[in-house]
Formats: sequence, C-alpha cells, structure tokens
Amino acid sequence: MSLQPETFKSLVKVAAEQVIASAPELTSLDQAIGDGDHGINMKRGFEAVLGKLDAISTQPLDEALKTIGKTLVMTVGGASGPLYGSFFLAAGEALSHDRHLPDDLADVFGSGVNAVSARGRSQAGEKTMLDVLVPVLETLKTAAGQPDLIARVRTTAAEAVERTAPMQATKGRASFLGPRSVGHVDPGARSSCVLVQAVCASLEGQQ
Amino acid sequence: MTDTVGIVIVSHSKDIAKGTADMVRQMVGSEVKVAFCGGNPDGGLGTSVSLIIDAINDAWSAKGVAILVDLGGAETNSEMAVEMLEPARRDLVVVCNAPIVEGAVMAATEAAGGSSLAQVKAVAEELSAD
Repeated sequence: MSLQPETFKSLVKVAAEQVIASAPELTSLDQAIGDGDHGINMKRGFEAVLGKLDAISTQPLDEALKTIGKTLVMTVGGASGPLYGSFFLAAGEALSHDRHLPDDLADVFGSGVNAVSARGRSQAGEKTMLDVLVPVLETLKTAAGQPDLIARVRTTAAEAVERTAPMQATKGRASFLGPRSVGHVDPGARSSCVLVQAVCASLEGQQ
Repeated sequence: MTDTVGIVIVSHSKDIAKGTADMVRQMVGSEVKVAFCGGNPDGGLGTSVSLIIDAINDAWSAKGVAILVDLGGAETNSEMAVEMLEPARRDLVVVCNAPIVEGAVMAATEAAGGSSLAQVKAVAEELSAD
C-alpha cells in the first residue's frame, strides 16, 4: 500500500464524496434515534474538506490530516465535528512523531481511535462510531502486512456497523431513548463505515 | 468595575441562548460579561466551535470564563473550542456540568460577587448534585 500525493488526494476526494452521497441515509438513521442532523452535518463538513482539497493535497501527510481534522471541527456543527476532527488531528499528530505509513498504519489509526474515545468519554459497546472504529483497528493490527488486509478491513467495518443495531445506546442523544434505541443501526457507526469503505475502495482501485 | 468571571451560554438554539443571556443580565446587569451563541455554522439548530471561540473571547476576563451548555454536542464543541484557544487562556475556561438556564443565572450571580472561577463552577454544579 503506497500513499503518494496523488493517491492521497484521490482517496480524500472519494471518501468525502461517499460521505456526502450517504447524507440522506445518515439523516434517516439519525431521525430514528437522534436529532436527525448527522447527514447534513457530515455533508457540510466534507464539502468544506473538498473545498480545501487542492491545498490539502500539497501538504505533508501529517499536516494534511490535521487540516482535515480542523476543517471538520470548524464546519460540522454537531458533536461529530469534534469527534471526527479529533480522529484526524490525532492521526496527523502521530505521523508528526516519527511514524510512517504503511508500516505504522495500525498505530496511527489507533491514535485517532483513542482521541475519539477520549473526546466522547466513550468505549466500544455504547452504540457509537467506536463500534466500527475499534473493530477496524483490531483488524489493522491482526492482519497487518497480509495481502488481504484491505478486504478484511472492509468486511470488518460492514459487519461491525450491523452489530450496532441490537445495542442499546448509552452515549449521545440516542441514549435518551433507552431501550427504544435497540433495533436501529447507529448513524455515527454508519458514517465511520462509509469512510472506511471509501478509503478501502480507493486503495483497491489503485492497486 | 472589579474583574469578574465571564459567562458564556452555548445552546443548540440561538433563541434559547439569547433568552438565557437576557435572564442573566436581568440578575447581574453589566457587572458580569455575558456572551452567548447558538446554531450550527449554517444557522440551523446545532453548535459551532468557531462561534463558541468568539463568545469566549467576547466574555473574556482575567479571572476566567465559565461556559454553560445545553445538550451533548454543545458540551463536546465547547470542550473542543477551549482546546483551540491560545495556550495561556485554556486553563482559565471551564465547561460547567449544570442545567443551562439555572446554571447560567446562578453562575453569573456568584461571579458578580467577585468569586473565583472554581467557586462559580461549583455553585452552578450544585444544581446537578443529587
């Protein structure tokens, strides 16, 4: 897995476009168990990222990730802004400290996951985006260096998002619904899955 | 006027933020700096880190700033805003775990008496104690 500037630019573009395209689905999921703004918020944030794509693609990777993070923080307008923003800020920060892709991918991704957990004061199992990010991190660790890594990450994310449906939410707006949150896929888990799948698809397309 | 802790009110709704600020001013007049914000970057219901940073700077006092929030996203975005302040200001801003209207009025009343940031926060948070 190489990550040349053009590869990265295309990867960010595909990921942002996929999030924007999934906005109606994210909104629909969020209307079921939240305040219904996750799709429009994510769309606003990733449109802002697309607007900075040329600048982002000329930056070193660590700075580029931090720019994406800061852009999401400033434009999303819901809790998902600081949550996704912290992921990219922390991943960029990890790359600033002598870590390199692809060898340190799990480590860098793990820094992002830890930042989400700290920002949301949440763990996996609470029906949040962490219920996709944590299993993906596990796969990145256990399948590191394997030729089918990308395929396994895709499968992990797809299965993980479905596993949020039977969970009862204990964090975020969905927790106000108590047991009525059961039976719905978590919108944050879904947007994390969309992002992970888009990055995988982009990387697969460039192999 | 003696320096007093500033108060920032952050709601998902600009109307609630403004109404809360009106109630605070009714109690403390201009003795305490009060700033408020509400709404996402497009003006819809939500919160904006950028607007929160502006509000903190508007309410700035050498004694610090106490932020009152409504729901989860307001708290998360406020914490993020504090971290994005210049380093010298970060340790002088707290997010109170208190109901937004009652917390803001009580925090401001306490602040008007010249209390420290820790005292202002503690008084607001008594409302959340069991």
